[in-house]
Amino acid sequence: MKNDIILAGVGGQGILSIAAIIGYAAVESNLYLKQAEVHGMSQRGGDVQSHLRLSSDEIASDLIPQGKADMIISVEPMEALRYLPYLGPEGWLITNTEPFVNIPDYPDEEAIMQEIKKLKRNVTLDAGKIAGELGNKKSANVVILGAASPFIDIPFALLEDAIRKLFGRKGEEVVAINLDALRAGREVAKSEINS
Amino acid sequence: MQKQLLLGDEAIAQAGIDAGMSGIFAYPGTPSTEITEYVRGSKEAKQKGIVASWAANEKTAAEAALGMSYAGKRSITAMKHVGLNVAADVFLNASITGANGGILFVVADDPSMHSSQNEQDSRVYGKFAMIPILEPTNQQEAYDMVHEGFDLSERHKVPVMIRITTRLAHSRAGVVRKESRDQNQFKLPENLRQFVLLPAIARKQYQSLLDNQPLFQKESEESPWNSYRPGEDKSIGIIACGLAHNYLMENYPDRKVPYPVVKVSQYPLPYKNIEKLYNECYRILVLEEGYPVVEEMLKGFMNVGKEINGRLDGTLPRAGELNPNIVGKALGFNQYEIPEVPDLVAKRPPSLCKGCSHIDSFIGLNEAIAEYGKGRVFSDIGCYTLSALPPYESINTCVDMGASITMAKGAADAGMKPAVAVIGDSTFTHSGITGLLDAVNENTNITVIILDNATTGMTGGQPSAAFGRIEDICRGVGVDEAHIRVIKPLRKNHEENTRIMKEELAYEGVSVIIPRRECIQTLNKRMRQKFKDKK
Repeated sequence: MKNDIILAGVGGQGILSIAAIIGYAAVESNLYLKQAEVHGMSQRGGDVQSHLRLSSDEIASDLIPQGKADMIISVEPMEALRYLPYLGPEGWLITNTEPFVNIPDYPDEEAIMQEIKKLKRNVTLDAGKIAGELGNKKSANVVILGAASPFIDIPFALLEDAIRKLFGRKGEEVVAINLDALRAGREVAKSEINS
Repeated sequence: MQKQLLLGDEAIAQAGIDAGMSGIFAYPGTPSTEITEYVRGSKEAKQKGIVASWAANEKTAAEAALGMSYAGKRSITAMKHVGLNVAADVFLNASITGANGGILFVVADDPSMHSSQNEQDSRVYGKFAMIPILEPTNQQEAYDMVHEGFDLSERHKVPVMIRITTRLAHSRAGVVRKESRDQNQFKLPENLRQFVLLPAIARKQYQSLLDNQPLFQKESEESPWNSYRPGEDKSIGIIACGLAHNYLMENYPDRKVPYPVVKVSQYPLPYKNIEKLYNECYRILVLEEGYPVVEEMLKGFMNVGKEINGRLDGTLPRAGELNPNIVGKALGFNQYEIPEVPDLVAKRPPSLCKGCSHIDSFIGLNEAIAEYGKGRVFSDIGCYTLSALPPYESINTCVDMGASITMAKGAADAGMKPAVAVIGDSTFTHSGITGLLDAVNENTNITVIILDNATTGMTGGQPSAAFGRIEDICRGVGVDEAHIRVIKPLRKNHEENTRIMKEELAYEGVSVIIPRRECIQTLNKRMRQKFKDKK
């Protein structure tokens, strides 16, 4: 088993929380894991990515080779496209559709969606909207993780456990909102795969 | 023992805690910051009474670590690669004094300059100091090497360098911990002149460092982290150092490399393994992260003998971080098709945070200095360096910690009027105070703007060494009280702030303006904590 995942977004959007949830579940599954993060200057509103590698065998490189990733999970649509060189021919792209505009030359949203839809395997969802309806827009990143969960070779229950563990300190309410977010994202992905 | 998911930085920190370290001393700098942060946040470290200090700069930090070694205890000083420039004086001389308690210089290089102004390779420094260097390939080795590094340091009474790079520093993987070891007892050096580098003593000490070289060499030859692995195909012999070894292995999914491979994770370079490889192979391919250090050593100046491939002959790019694809290409693998980034994807450079006090300071400065024209603002290293980019484009230099004030002085001496320095509060205490003293002593006509956001912002909000005492320091250095102006950078104060800046730009002599408002990130963090505490 091997899952090579690129996590993408803008500094401060919470991609490291996604990585932490998957990471915790991976350790519980006795998988090997390597996760390269971006710290420092880029975190100030710049583009950030994380290479997350899970495997039943020992992993050599902290970086995923280009053209080999099994999926790109992005919390921002343009950032999803920035890492296309990493995506393997059979890879999935799972992305939020809500743009994060903090630059003057942000491209046309329609054009971004067209590029994303060109890909054979993609799941797109307005995670902020879904999260908002569930009670807290901040859990948008967990909605995205939910949408990616059918493609990650970790039992869904372990991802749920990871959320209970990692959000436990913040109280029952936060745990419940994030579990709902995870499940809602998963449902969207399932219906998109089947359609 | 169960595996713990740790960043490379955290693995080093945890190893220090487990290996009997009594103190860690550092100045924050990406990608090394998390080492000291981790120790400062560790309950275990607190229980063990381990000192974990943010020092004023890397030099003061390293000297404190050396003092702890003098007292017989184990210490670490951690820094980013350019931090070692600041600490170079103590680093090179500590190799001459030698150690008493084990001392590790943990240096994090930043190839590709993710968060730095250059990509210098600290192995060059290690070689310069003639001390052993350990270069881990993964988080587990990073952990283990701290334990062994301390032993090695105490065995030979010499400082040891651990060299990592950004990719390992900021990558997480499972680490198995060793049993915890007690801290050393307080113990003076046996020879109370060991650390007195008067010429007559220094010559002796230097001679003993030279005499120890064969011992360091022997350590490398026998190191469990250096290895020779046979291979059927002798057309290439591969030397893979540190992280580069991972990228090599990544290219062979079954982990079977057909060529003989020498893995290097401890220096001086292991001679026997490399000699064997050289003799049996047709050509040598050197894979190393950073500068072509090993490649140059093998080639020598005349470059006679077998073909050596690497960064110098274009087999690998001369600059920048390695990755599996670059190494794959050097190994001659056919390049498969890689999707391209669609043209519409725009650059998203880092920017000042919404609500950041620096924004108001730079809008004010841009207006105040407009009448003199562009090109007169010397700056420094921190979040505010981002003001070089649009929309502000306020500053004209960023060279090294503290250089804003001293470069402004030199330019003023060359006749520039006004000459402005913009520096953060933490950078000011790191290396700005002495430059200000130079300017005061000659009453040079400069305006120094000390952006006081009460923290070390870029690295994530570490305490600022002169919190609440910036004016006192300026007064103490001798700046005229009437020309130390504290302002609050807020939009509503824009007009008044700009007027004050204009006054001080016009003043002939040393003036200091201190725009003071807390970093928006640390403020938010503080408010969140307050909210939590209330609950």
